[in-house]
Amino acid sequence: MPVVMASDQVARTITRIAHEIVERNRTLDDVALVGIRTRGVPIARRLSSVLHDITGATVPTGVLDITLYRDDLMRHPVGPQPVLRKTEIDFSIDDQRILLVDDVLYTGRTIRAALDALIDFGRPRSIELAVLVDRGHRELPIKADYVGKNLPTSLRESVRVRLEEVEGLDEVVLEHASGH
Amino acid sequence: MLPVTEGARRPADGTSTDRGGPPGVRPVVDTPSGLRAKDLLSISDLSTDEILLILDTAEAMKEVGTRTIKKVPTLRGQTVVNLFFEASTRTRTSFEIAEKRLSADTLNVAATGSSVAKGETLADTVRNLEAMAPDMIVLRHASAGAGHLAARLCRARVINAGDGMHEHPTQALLDALTIRQRKGRVEGLKVSIIGDLLHSRVLRSNVLLLRALGAEVCACGPATLMLPDMARLGVRATTSVDEAVEGADVIMLLRIQLERMRGYFFPSQREYFRQFGMTMARLRRAKPDVIIMHPGPMNRGVEIASEVADGPDSVILAQVANGVAVRMAVLYLLAGARQEERGS
Repeated sequence: MPVVMASDQVARTITRIAHEIVERNRTLDDVALVGIRTRGVPIARRLSSVLHDITGATVPTGVLDITLYRDDLMRHPVGPQPVLRKTEIDFSIDDQRILLVDDVLYTGRTIRAALDALIDFGRPRSIELAVLVDRGHRELPIKADYVGKNLPTSLRESVRVRLEEVEGLDEVVLEHASGH
Repeated sequence: MLPVTEGARRPADGTSTDRGGPPGVRPVVDTPSGLRAKDLLSISDLSTDEILLILDTAEAMKEVGTRTIKKVPTLRGQTVVNLFFEASTRTRTSFEIAEKRLSADTLNVAATGSSVAKGETLADTVRNLEAMAPDMIVLRHASAGAGHLAARLCRARVINAGDGMHEHPTQALLDALTIRQRKGRVEGLKVSIIGDLLHSRVLRSNVLLLRALGAEVCACGPATLMLPDMARLGVRATTSVDEAVEGADVIMLLRIQLERMRGYFFPSQREYFRQFGMTMARLRRAKPDVIIMHPGPMNRGVEIASEVADGPDSVILAQVANGVAVRMAVLYLLAGARQEERGS
């Protein structure tokens, strides 16, 4: 079980992404963060907090649950049915520049669903994507604008992101799928 | 690793980023993420965890109703038939709005104006609808067990929207959601249900659900409209309204169902109101933060005084609003029920 990012690396990476966001944007006045449940949410909150430390700006942060937009709901996957949780976007996304935040970018299907969900809330000026880990194997034409770490993986491996807010510690672990 | 055919590869329960385990073996989860049964026919089919799953899902569904575009693509391409053999405004409208918000294709079949009026049996109507391959049937019927019959006859998932004097599970679920929102919990609350107990499917579903969630339930009505086996269900029965209201956290009033009454159960509606009608004066015995519920349709001046129905303690319209969210949750959870458990 190789640890590919330890706690201090996770923190540094999020800080680095925040600096990149500041560099690439003249102003943060019309930028809003939207974290994808589950682990995109704490990452978005941390980004917002670092952005505040750097610029003093308060960047609104929303929570998006993509369950109702998944493309595999009626395909009866092997795993359990996804549990629906609340979407909380209490600001207008019209004409805002939205930065979607997730933990791992993999097939791109989650992001496809998130884009559909966001568009139902209004018409943002632009949507960008920030991820902590990009593990490759895209099935859709989607790419991230801000990447914490590019992590080449095989399909037999799985990437586990653990976060303080969810699991009580920060780390990214590359696991070999057991049992086959 | 999940098989490649699985879609977003996002863990369904949100507990880990990438779920391991061999394909074909379902991971062990503590709390259910779906419903076990193909149909929703009775509250007794649901485990306590499943009840809580429906309520939590409904809580999340409420947000869809607050959007400018009140629609999500979840049930796109699914056909839902609303088969109503009994009059209904609230329940049918509520189901239809829920179905449309989830993008299902809906069609309404009412007893009048359909082949039912020509003498077709329920079984034949259901078999014929089944031949057109709907994904779900929402059924209301005057006979107890109609949903069970329909569920045996078809692969479509069946939701009981009221079967005679038996059950009305989605009503009890929306009542529980309303109580939980207002009180923060259901467990330990004193819930008094007052009115026509004998003819009420709302009572039966509510008793099963409220007991499962640990509420203390008191049922009150005229001796002629009392249910025989209340004690077996863990319900305290009384014919004294004052006793039922005393210290109640929740008061749920039931309609006097004249259309189901064969014979005389009380002298007159005015007499009933004097004995059992909920008035501001009677309400003073309840807890100061009591909430007043009614499944509708209300008979003002019979089981409830207008000043109570429209008063500050009334959550009757909140119940209606929650109805849509609860039905969205049930439709979503049944639609996602796993393949090997369907059509059994």
